[in-house]
Amino acid sequence: MAENPTRPTGEPTPTVVVDGVHITYKVNGPRTGRGSATSALSRIVSRGAHPGLREVHAVKGVSFAAYRGEAIGLIGSNGSGKSTLLKAVAGLLPTAKGRVYTAGQPSLLGVNAALMSDLTGERNIILGGLAMGMTRDQIRGRYDDIVDFSGINEKGDFVSLPMRTYSSGMGARLRFSIAAAKSHDVLLIDEALSTGDARFRRRSRQRIEELRREAGTVFLVSHSNSTITESCDRALWLEAGVLRMDGPAKEVVAAYEEFTAAGNRSAAGNKGGAGTGTGKQPAR
Amino acid sequence: MTIASPTAPPARPAPAGPAAPAAPPDLAALAARHGLTVSGARPTLPAYVRQLWSRRHFITAFATAKLTAQYSQARLGQLWQLLTPLLNAAVYYLIFGVLLGTADHVPDFVPFLVTGVFIWTFTANTITAGTRAISGNLGLVRALHFPRAALPVALALQQLQQLLFSLGALIVILVGFGQLPTASWLLAIPALLLQAVFGTGLSMAVARVAARTPDVSQLVPFLLRTWMYASGVMWSVDKVVGDRDLPHLVALALQYNPAAIYIDLVRFAFIDSFTADRLPPHVWAAALAWAVLCGAGGFLYFWKAEEQYGRG
Repeated sequence: MAENPTRPTGEPTPTVVVDGVHITYKVNGPRTGRGSATSALSRIVSRGAHPGLREVHAVKGVSFAAYRGEAIGLIGSNGSGKSTLLKAVAGLLPTAKGRVYTAGQPSLLGVNAALMSDLTGERNIILGGLAMGMTRDQIRGRYDDIVDFSGINEKGDFVSLPMRTYSSGMGARLRFSIAAAKSHDVLLIDEALSTGDARFRRRSRQRIEELRREAGTVFLVSHSNSTITESCDRALWLEAGVLRMDGPAKEVVAAYEEFTAAGNRSAAGNKGGAGTGTGKQPAR
Repeated sequence: MTIASPTAPPARPAPAGPAAPAAPPDLAALAARHGLTVSGARPTLPAYVRQLWSRRHFITAFATAKLTAQYSQARLGQLWQLLTPLLNAAVYYLIFGVLLGTADHVPDFVPFLVTGVFIWTFTANTITAGTRAISGNLGLVRALHFPRAALPVALALQQLQQLLFSLGALIVILVGFGQLPTASWLLAIPALLLQAVFGTGLSMAVARVAARTPDVSQLVPFLLRTWMYASGVMWSVDKVVGDRDLPHLVALALQYNPAAIYIDLVRFAFIDSFTADRLPPHVWAAALAWAVLCGAGGFLYFWKAEEQYGRG
């Protein structure tokens, strides 16, 4: 169905419709001017015009419709607005202009923010599950699966220890396991595939595949081009907040690779960075 | 690769386009045809209340988690739940009881003072927690879906749990100073519940303001300290109102200051020498009115900005 992505009239059911969306961030933080007390005072006094407030135009007029059963990859170099767009689809960031329509509640895969490093893994599983909107019964039902999947108990009874005592890999695995315990209508995944060691990556990829089958539509942000071509049938390419291309994953990724290769050749070195060659990860 | 790029690329560039849903107007129609709803729109008030209720387990788990995480790095651990309020009371006793000699004017000064300090601390901490409810949990707000009011409510609940520890310490002190348990102690329960509603409402209002203007959290401690000195925490409101010739409005403001009302209601419940005639008339009605006004008002005010929390 990635053949005619723009608007097949009638037949397929849209799950997410993004209509001319602009997203701006207001940054309160480090300003261009001096940070002295008097200048801060004068900024407060002369409010109205927001002289110190900087706006970042992260997404500039993106439109597309996503349909049931699609897995859509979002690609683009760092800072191109992929994650921002995802958050707007999830309804977590307000749009400055344009609208996002959704069927059901799209959810981001991730509970990191709800977990507390001072608590035991056990209590974090419960807390994370509740934060995602699961009931206590559902969590109890999935508890053993979560622990087994994360594999944190393979080297001793780590579930009953505070998370701050975990190695970073163990922490990441537990976080992913909690996040992946719930299935969603519209699932948004932001580079979750790169957690843990090779074995855990393989397992998490299988789990994502399952989640994909359970979910109506999946969005996947990744810098790994191979991940996109493997698990998505359609791809959106964002560059500097503008939708440059929308079509079958293979074609879009190929065009994107050509673009980054060209960019690397011209800007030899400093610029391209992380958004480029990560496609050849030794994932499997 | 080159097949698709010339045709598709500028899907909808024109960032400087007009405000109307410019290029394909059928996208909105498509969404409407299939009954899609706008993402991130603020739910109606009844729906919001329902959502909040369905997240009650998250709220309690979050509050308890915060409470236990609080002292988990300290050697004495959860003992600090008791030690912190006791040390607080000791400091105030040293200054107001011993150095300034307020004790001479108030009977049962130690129970009077300690009750005042603990009950005030509950209100103050609840409001202070409100300043960090959104800004301190931005990661959560930006990653997960839940009614945002769950955060200030959970933090207020954490303070209520903390208060229960303080009450344990308070009871020990009360008994130590000759205040034996009576049936009137039960009156503390409705008083504290009303106070909790009052504080939660105020905390939600502060949370909205602080989410928009983080500078407010720098200002709140000063406002709270001013409020504390005006609330009869370490002096007796009824004595000042009775002894001095204050303008009527000032006396009224002192007497019906919500913080003072809740403090004095709990004192009335716990301390024998704090009799009913030391309370202003219609005190329970006033306590209820403050709770309803601030509880409902704060909740409404918070809900009004629901879709804006977490913006950069």
